[in-house]
Amino acid sequence: MLTYTLRRLLTAIPTLIFISLVIFLLLEAAPGDPLADQPLTIPPEVREKMRIALGLGEPVWVRYWKWLVQFVWVEPRVVLDGWLGTGFAAGEARIVSWQFRAPVFDIIWQRIPQTLWVVGMAYLVGVLIAIPIGVYSAVRQYSWFDQIGTFVSMLGFSVPTFFSGVLLIVIFAVNLGWFPSIYDTTLRVTDWDSFVRQVRQMALPIAVLALFNASQISRFMRASMLDNLNQDYVRTARAKGLPERRVVLLHVLRNSLIPVVTVVALGVPTIFGGAIITEQVFKVNGLGQLLITAIYANDLPMVQTLTFIFAILIVLFNLIADILYGLLDPRIRYD
Amino acid sequence: MNPRTVLAGATALVAMALPALAERGASGHLNIIYWQAPSILNPYLSGGTKDIESASLVLEPLAGFDQNGELFPRLAEAVPTVGNGGVSADLTQITWRLQEGLLWSDGTPVTAEDVLFTYDYCTHPEGGCAQGAAFEGIASIEAPDARTIVITFTAPRPYPYQAFVGATSPILQKAQFENCLGAAAPTCTEANFGPIGTGPFRVTEFRPNDVISLEANPNYRDPAKPAFATVTFKGGGDAAAAGRAVLETGEMDYAWNLQLAPDVLAGMEAAGRGKVINAFGTLVERIEMNLTDPSPDLPEGERSTVRHPHPFLTDMRVRKALSMAIDRELLVEIGYGRAGRPTCNIVPAPPMFASDNTDCLVQDIEGAKALLEEAGFRPGPDGVRVNGDGLRLRVLYQTSTNAVRQDFQALIKQWWNEIGVEVELKNIDASVFFGGDPGSPDTFQKFYADVEMYANNFDGTDPEPYLAQYLCSRIPGPENGWQGENINRYCDPAYDALLAELSRTGEIEKRGEIARRLNDMVTKDSYVVVPLVDRGRNSAHALSLGGVVLNTWDTELWNIENWYRVR
Repeated sequence: MLTYTLRRLLTAIPTLIFISLVIFLLLEAAPGDPLADQPLTIPPEVREKMRIALGLGEPVWVRYWKWLVQFVWVEPRVVLDGWLGTGFAAGEARIVSWQFRAPVFDIIWQRIPQTLWVVGMAYLVGVLIAIPIGVYSAVRQYSWFDQIGTFVSMLGFSVPTFFSGVLLIVIFAVNLGWFPSIYDTTLRVTDWDSFVRQVRQMALPIAVLALFNASQISRFMRASMLDNLNQDYVRTARAKGLPERRVVLLHVLRNSLIPVVTVVALGVPTIFGGAIITEQVFKVNGLGQLLITAIYANDLPMVQTLTFIFAILIVLFNLIADILYGLLDPRIRYD
Repeated sequence: MNPRTVLAGATALVAMALPALAERGASGHLNIIYWQAPSILNPYLSGGTKDIESASLVLEPLAGFDQNGELFPRLAEAVPTVGNGGVSADLTQITWRLQEGLLWSDGTPVTAEDVLFTYDYCTHPEGGCAQGAAFEGIASIEAPDARTIVITFTAPRPYPYQAFVGATSPILQKAQFENCLGAAAPTCTEANFGPIGTGPFRVTEFRPNDVISLEANPNYRDPAKPAFATVTFKGGGDAAAAGRAVLETGEMDYAWNLQLAPDVLAGMEAAGRGKVINAFGTLVERIEMNLTDPSPDLPEGERSTVRHPHPFLTDMRVRKALSMAIDRELLVEIGYGRAGRPTCNIVPAPPMFASDNTDCLVQDIEGAKALLEEAGFRPGPDGVRVNGDGLRLRVLYQTSTNAVRQDFQALIKQWWNEIGVEVELKNIDASVFFGGDPGSPDTFQKFYADVEMYANNFDGTDPEPYLAQYLCSRIPGPENGWQGENINRYCDPAYDALLAELSRTGEIEKRGEIARRLNDMVTKDSYVVVPLVDRGRNSAHALSLGGVVLNTWDTELWNIENWYRVR
């Protein structure tokens, strides 16, 4: 297992370097200009000077190499400096965003809390709702509960969040006035009052995202349960005279969870990717909103860094999912 | 009169009197939402409106523009003019004098050194300063004493109010930005995110592209202002959500630039929580005619260049016919409602510079057809007009991707079809269209189309630099990397001569007259530019917010120190 993990980690390195190069070249080839959102009243000569000040005068390869060195060598040392109070990276050029003229990683760190709170919580809530629904729907297949479950998950999966989000805002924020429509990222939870405010402002975005996540995972759960319910070992368990409750919750559920755990693990990187649309709708302004505004502003260092971080997370969680699969299912051995 | 109305009246009176008696911070908290989120608080590093207007809460120039476009002193004692001796008689020198006892929000005094430093900051060759244009043509800038700034121009400057005037050109604190000159400018994140200023508020926290938290500046020059103690400046989302937050849910007090369909906005206002306000500036939506041939058959580097004149748009009768076919009233009604009005001018304001040209306002389809006949174009078998040489009237009409612009394209296409012109529509993502990437064929400067539509305006109130865009020397082409604002490739020696006269003229009346003639030359005399709509701006404020005066000449938050909570 250990050698397998090490081998996978080592092969991940050239894969990631290749991914970073592809991302960089794709962004380079894409049309657009970081000064496009500057007003037309700025004359062309001034624009040209601004462009050179952004470092756009250098050739593509130089810029790629600089970015790569900053990402793998300078930035980790900056993190180390932050933890240990050392000065390894003092005075070295970091990856700087074109829109903010500020280090990309500082802004990413600033955005992570609200994304983890809202999108991460929605994922957790989604999983917690999905598993019991999936189990019950499978056990009572074609019952009214299963039919409604199927209908709701179809709805949750097919209705886009820009529709369901705005719908919830119109109902619960505009008409009923129960929840705010704008997420306040400066709110700090210090007492009961601010905690209630935090819960209220998280309620709508979490509801929208959890519905989406739950509908996906509950289908997986149901399918996996149905696969197992017809297995021989279930018949054996029933024949032994075990109560149905124990058969389902102990034998079938544990075996059915194996593929679901993999699916859930593979979905974790999407939390960090943020929920671009939902974050925009509720103005959560997390990583998803950061990415989309950077794309609009043609802030290539920001887009490049964020997409590469997502790539790392996806490769990493693929590995974690594989390892978990091996741990949970003794039949599978990689060595 | 019963006692209740008396009581109500008395309460109302007290409420009205309150702001006058109010002290700093008495109104509590203010929530502002801009649906474009501010990225940086240094207007010298970004020309974006969102960045300039958010920074204007903190940073101030020497003078600003009021809601009528008139100059008023901010940090200066008075606006220098030839009359008060502040501007030299030969128009080459302007002397500003700072108010006495001005303090930065950190308590240190504001001196002429800070103003000089701001000039050095923006004119540093490696800085990439977004406001560089404001400091062009300055020979020297000196500070004879701590409160006096003397700016000498390289040539007579009839309109000397560009440097340090308006929110685009505020004063930075030397002590804070001293080590941020040139290439070091972007490394000063802390200063760029939290500039020390003289304005009514100071930054407590800045989260780029998200939110700014501010509090009243304890050293603000008027001890009774601002009325608000703290401000949250939220960014992000879209115009509809911002409008909803002010007009329907009441979470926010002020929303900027609500570019929404007129009926949507009216529906939101009906909720009764807020009020939509609008005002007009100089932004004009127009169709630009390409006087050169954009044909894809020409080799790259020769398309849309002066070497190949356009086959039919060089004929003024065709251009005029295209303009006559348009019903501008209908365009306004569909696209902008109260925030638009039809116009025939590229300089619609201020009144001094606005021509009385209204010829284009009435649609005249028959007249347009007659004009095309006269130009030799007769309807072919498919209804599209063809001239004797077999030249078809077929135009490619491009613009940026935007719901209102696509509506306009559809309507105008229909009218042009009616007069026998075949129209192909194209829309391009705004970041590409306005991007100016010389490698892209789809930029508005390259103009690989016959006509294109967009909006443009000018900073402040003087249209000279704006009218200078139509000089022969400003034609973009491969030899200058497609940089240049004369995107029509218009070239008229008489225009160049008249513009040179404008740049020599100091008298304001005479300047107005020349500017109006220049405006007419590119619009009603030649139809090179076909103005459509004078676009105003819609913003909204909560009914409980008082003191708001919408200003399109400067930052919208220009008088925020006078805003207060209506009780």
